[in-house]
Amino acid sequence: MKTDAVTTAPGPKAPVLSVRGLSVRFRMRGGRQVAAVADAHFDLAAGECLALVGESGCGKSVLASALLGLLPGNARTSGSALLDDGTDLLTAGERSLARTVRGRRVGLVPQSPAAHLTPVRTVRAQLEETLRELTGARRPALRPAAERAAARASFPAGHLDRYPHELSGGLAQRAATALALIGDAPLLLADEPTTGLDRELVERTVDELRRHTDGGRALLIITHDLAAAERIADRVAVMYAGRIVELDDAERFFGRPGPRHPYARGLLDALPERAFVPIPGMPPELGALPEGCAFAARCDRADELCSVQPPFDGRLACRHGARADGEEPDRA
Amino acid sequence: MLELTRVTAGYDRREPVVREVSLSLAPGESLGLLGPSGCGKSTLARVAALLHRPYAGTVVLDGEPVRGWRHRAPRAQRTAVGVVFQQPRLSADPRLTLRELIAQPLRATGRRAEVADRVAALAPAVGLTPELLERRPHEVSDGQLQRACLARALVLRPRWLICDEMTAMLDASTTAALVAVVESYRRESGAGLLAVGHDRVLLERWCDRTVGWQECSAPGAPQEVMGPGGQSS
Repeated sequence: MKTDAVTTAPGPKAPVLSVRGLSVRFRMRGGRQVAAVADAHFDLAAGECLALVGESGCGKSVLASALLGLLPGNARTSGSALLDDGTDLLTAGERSLARTVRGRRVGLVPQSPAAHLTPVRTVRAQLEETLRELTGARRPALRPAAERAAARASFPAGHLDRYPHELSGGLAQRAATALALIGDAPLLLADEPTTGLDRELVERTVDELRRHTDGGRALLIITHDLAAAERIADRVAVMYAGRIVELDDAERFFGRPGPRHPYARGLLDALPERAFVPIPGMPPELGALPEGCAFAARCDRADELCSVQPPFDGRLACRHGARADGEEPDRA
Repeated sequence: MLELTRVTAGYDRREPVVREVSLSLAPGESLGLLGPSGCGKSTLARVAALLHRPYAGTVVLDGEPVRGWRHRAPRAQRTAVGVVFQQPRLSADPRLTLRELIAQPLRATGRRAEVADRVAALAPAVGLTPELLERRPHEVSDGQLQRACLARALVLRPRWLICDEMTAMLDASTTAALVAVVESYRRESGAGLLAVGHDRVLLERWCDRTVGWQECSAPGAPQEVMGPGGQSS
């Protein structure tokens, strides 16, 4: 398969995940509609990590739930999200998602591992159960297999017989990662895996996820932690008010020449190691988005051009494509 | 001054999580307390905010030793300290609108006459619109709720502000916005700040000085200054 214009870093193989025009709308009481995700396009190849960053409430987690078929009943999706075997995650039925996709094709590293693990069972019991379900391993082989699965995520064997509440935040994170890795899913989805962890644990967690990516999996990491994204990602997608507004190589995005979308620039400038200046205002309500560019109300470069929704050209959705310093938008 | 001397505190007398920790904070000063998760720094923040009675040690607030904690603290001391917690969801009554949430400390201290003026002044300062003020916590994002929690902490004009991981759940822009609100309040009021967290880069940028948990746990040892705040990156 030939990589198309959307792919900036063409992998050697067909993408593990190919998302085209993915939109999610929630129907609320009184006929109100909330457009949580609008027209998302991206590809993700094996061995590649894409970080989806943005403020809380921008639709990142809804996108992840859509990819796992875990949206609530009042959600309507459109577009497609194809795995490399042709499965469309958006239209596949619950039965096939449960039996062939979740855990087997797509592994989830959850947001709060302490809440994701079953509180009344030990880590060993949960690993063995998942192994039985996903690999068909049986009794004598099960115990060593669980120990190998734990070792893969650097979970210490001495802690296998502990219950989730007896684990520190970092160990609970590794237990959840071990569970996510068991099915050898080619696509890993990590939804805010570092929220609430301290810096050292954040770095350890993302380094471990990077190791699994380098082992040939594709990783979609959803985070608002830009430092974590910089550490782990090959590419960065910035989401604002339900839309991907910029998609670029992580090196270019965090280093030189830097982000092109004014929102992405503002987000980086807000970091304490940079200017530490907030973006004025707050994101718009997803139920009441403006006609044109959703960022215009907070943008210092907004003009009459912004009253029409800027299209996403595969890298940028902004009518002011040039950088603030006057550099022309490059044609990669 | 806000002085904590050899404070030992926790949830089990046999295994206190905070052992003989000392800290002191001058009026108008901002101090960052840096420590890994689980080290006991939040417990210390609760002691400093008069919300958790220590097993041993003393807390002196503006020259007056603290003798009671929580509802036993005299009103004059209790209202001198404002506190913002890490998780806005857990520190907001879900039944109250944001306006009522911010006004709660005024009502609780018999100053309801000031509610309209104070809320009207604080809401734009923390970036909340009149429309957001009428919503309840489940109708706003974490960042918007934390803005309301910060306004609530400032509504009594405290001389001391304790921020326990105030921004750990928030994105970079909201973090910078809330820190700017705290700093502008401190400039105008001269309040002192104890900011507890694990993010060294943030605390060193934010605070006049930053101490590590280790340095203030060693009894009697002088506090090591780890870096001035406000330097450019």
